[in-house]
Amino acid sequence: MTTISAWWFLLVGGLVTYGWRAAGVALSGKIDPNSALMRWVACVAYALLAGLIARLIVAPQGALGETDLWMRLSSAGVALIVYFIFRRSIVLGVTAGALWLIAVTSLVGG
Amino acid sequence: METRSPPDPQAAATWTHDFGSPSGAGRAGAWAAVGAPALVLGASYVGFGAFVHQSGLTFFQAVASTTTGWALPGQIALIEIFAAGGSLLAAAIAVGLANARLMPMVVTLLPILREGETAPNPRLVHYLSAHFIALTGWAISMQRCPDMTPGQRLPYFLGFTLVIWCATLFCTALGFFLVGVLPPTVTLGLVILNPLYFMLLFTIDIVRRDRRWALLIGVVLGPLLHMITPEWGLLITGLGGGTLAFLINQYDRRRQLGRGK
Repeated sequence: MTTISAWWFLLVGGLVTYGWRAAGVALSGKIDPNSALMRWVACVAYALLAGLIARLIVAPQGALGETDLWMRLSSAGVALIVYFIFRRSIVLGVTAGALWLIAVTSLVGG
Repeated sequence: METRSPPDPQAAATWTHDFGSPSGAGRAGAWAAVGAPALVLGASYVGFGAFVHQSGLTFFQAVASTTTGWALPGQIALIEIFAAGGSLLAAAIAVGLANARLMPMVVTLLPILREGETAPNPRLVHYLSAHFIALTGWAISMQRCPDMTPGQRLPYFLGFTLVIWCATLFCTALGFFLVGVLPPTVTLGLVILNPLYFMLLFTIDIVRRDRRWALLIGVVLGPLLHMITPEWGLLITGLGGGTLAFLINQYDRRRQLGRGK
């Protein structure tokens, strides 16, 4: 475990995030947002985020990590099924998946 | 003929939205945010607040994250890496990669917002406004602002984003607070809100050729590389997987161009 305070993480995270926004203001009108470089940036961001979401479901930290893998995977499955059945409703899909996890962890014991 | 009269009649005819004044536009933007946008994003931030609590951070750290680092994917990446015991450097790079898309978003939206601006210090206003460019406000403004009278667009954008920003701050606090109050199993439901939300959001994007490979490769590599190196797995997933997806896309584009001829 790290001994660095979470405040340092938040400070650096805030600076990095605002740095991109400020760079956008500075570069506005000077670069083409559809250039090959920007397309590469988008690919990297999407791959990283997809990996992050998969990791949060397959190998999460904290209390969620103490639940069984099948509970989290079935929660994701329920969310996907409800999402597709109800005309691609994200709200219903997410709600169903979360309720499913609450139900199985309450019944089986998380 | 006058050459430099900005509101040329043809363009003016396409500005179908006029709120009467900049402050009227600001109010209209604020009202547009009340309801679905604030609710949906609010729910995500209730989940985020609960996630921060579960990850062992304090209340003020949760609120500080939403105040300063406002862009949910980067915030989740930061907290996740901290909780997993990752280094500050790994967290900084991951947040940088997760939020890099903010830069081209600002680049595309700013020219639309600044058209017909009247502010005495436009540059400073731009740099302050840029803090509020995140996915929801960006998507709505890209859609609606081009139809609005120039000079009212930035107020509309600020009205909209300030409301959802305040909503997310409140909801971060609420989510953090709820962890101590709700039964542990319900807390689990809150914490899994965001992974499920982004999973479904990305499911829509799978049909988009330019995003499909990045998403599929990321989903596979993320957990796999985590088993090999928890600290750097996410970064290798982003840089390696993203670059691979980019190369596949480039190959696809070239083949399509060839066929088009």
